[in-house]
Amino acid sequence: MNTEMNTGVTTGLRLAGVAKDFPAGRRATRRVLADIDIAVAPGEFVCVVGASGSGKSTLLDLIAGLKPPTAGTIAWDGEAVTGPGPDRGLVCQTGELFPWRTVAANVAFGLELLPISRAERAARVAWYLEEVGLTGYAGALPGRLSGGQRQRVAIARALACEPHVLLLDEPFGALDVQTKEDMQLFLRNVWQDTGTTVVMVTHDVAEAVFLAQRVLVLAGHPGRVAGEVTVGLPADRDLLTRRTPEFLALRTSIEDLLRHR
Amino acid sequence: MSSPQRTEEQRQAPGRIRANDGRANDGRADWPPLPARRVRRPNTWLAPGLAISRGPRWALRAASLVVPFLVWVALSWTGAVDPTFLPSPRATVAAFADMARSGELLTDTLASVRRVLYGFGIALAISVPVGFAMGTWGWALAALEPIIGLVRYWPASAFIPLLIIWLGLGEPSKLAVLVLGVVFFNTLMVADAVRQVPRRLLEASMTLGATPAVLVRKVMLPYALPGIIDAARVNAAAAWNFVVIAELFAATSGLGYRIVRSQRFLLTDRIFAVLIVIGLIGIAMDVLLRLFRDRVGRWAA
Repeated sequence: MNTEMNTGVTTGLRLAGVAKDFPAGRRATRRVLADIDIAVAPGEFVCVVGASGSGKSTLLDLIAGLKPPTAGTIAWDGEAVTGPGPDRGLVCQTGELFPWRTVAANVAFGLELLPISRAERAARVAWYLEEVGLTGYAGALPGRLSGGQRQRVAIARALACEPHVLLLDEPFGALDVQTKEDMQLFLRNVWQDTGTTVVMVTHDVAEAVFLAQRVLVLAGHPGRVAGEVTVGLPADRDLLTRRTPEFLALRTSIEDLLRHR
Repeated sequence: MSSPQRTEEQRQAPGRIRANDGRANDGRADWPPLPARRVRRPNTWLAPGLAISRGPRWALRAASLVVPFLVWVALSWTGAVDPTFLPSPRATVAAFADMARSGELLTDTLASVRRVLYGFGIALAISVPVGFAMGTWGWALAALEPIIGLVRYWPASAFIPLLIIWLGLGEPSKLAVLVLGVVFFNTLMVADAVRQVPRRLLEASMTLGATPAVLVRKVMLPYALPGIIDAARVNAAAAWNFVVIAELFAATSGLGYRIVRSQRFLLTDRIFAVLIVIGLIGIAMDVLLRLFRDRVGRWAA
């Protein structure tokens, strides 16, 4: 464990000595995460891969502030995370849109809570709808959208709040392969256009390598960071990137880390 | 996941690992084939959940009203039942026209409808906020669910004598019966509707900056509203029942009172006419509330 991470103000997201216990029956607890030290620089795209039950979704809940860590600290630019807030937008696998609000009104939700004019809100919503390619669906209700479209609305809704970091919890896990690949290209574009920091959790190693600049491998019970792989692929990635030997080598090394701890 | 029994060779070749770590599992060789099964097309009338086609559906819907009516016609026309007990449709219509002409039907109907509006309004004003609180906060649920769960099994009609002692013979005791009859059920059903709001949606809202007050106003209330209206629709039917029951005792107006009056003079044709009016008003209330719900909850359809 690296304790010097606790001291001094650093930029970006910093988890130091984080652990999380859940209750398991009477008076017993089960540790799901232990000794988590992670640093994410502003603007970075980091993927966390791990098997089901490795605690990766819990890790995102902790960063989002939805659950308190049992031990350790979580901070952005040295300021401790104490609860959920619009500086850390979370998108989960099912998206969870407001079903009674139109697509545009969904994206506007966070902005409605801020003292900005109606015109400025509308302009911002329009920009994000354009960015995620859903301008034509502004007035549609979420029930009419496909799975991929819904996830794009959820991402636009989180980004409209201009978070320090966008937290994605297996956002494409329920999509078919083709849609998933489109969404990955889309997410790379959004990340490059907005410069936002992204921490994404996934069990799909190929997805992690394709998207991230750095991949953290979470493994074991309780989950610990079993390894870290820097993805040295070029910035302009496309579907052909997946067939390069470099891509396969990265994928293999991460899969080995997952299997052998 | 690697297991301790695994050999070094298996560790080196992860692609060849078997789920049972390579132990032999041969018992399947001497099994006989499973008994033959016949695959049949499911019977349209008996297969659960299969939609029936348009024609039969409307025929059955019509029959559901027409058949009981024809049984009534047949019973009274053949004289199988004494007309004092079972008035004919013709006598019922005549009694209806009679009461409508004298104006008493309108007066009684308005009196009953007014009681339902007031009583059910009071019940809603109590049960919606309380139920909403119970569905929103664990402490409200823990504090109120046991007592409401108990009290709702006390029949409101059993309280009529007590309520007359407490509140007198006038309007308050009648409204109280109605309120007692629906307020507890509606509270629990509203709480249930509010608890349907997905936790993940609330969490997503919080990461968009929603405070608890915003969650209640902009997330939980709109999400639960169709469910709350559904609860009100079910309990409006109960309220309509209770108003008639309340009017059976010590009332001087209302449809329930008209039934008791008619009973005193053995005017069963009038009782039948009143019952039909009660049914029609109930259906009208239900349809109105359903239209309202469909308007509010268009997104849920």
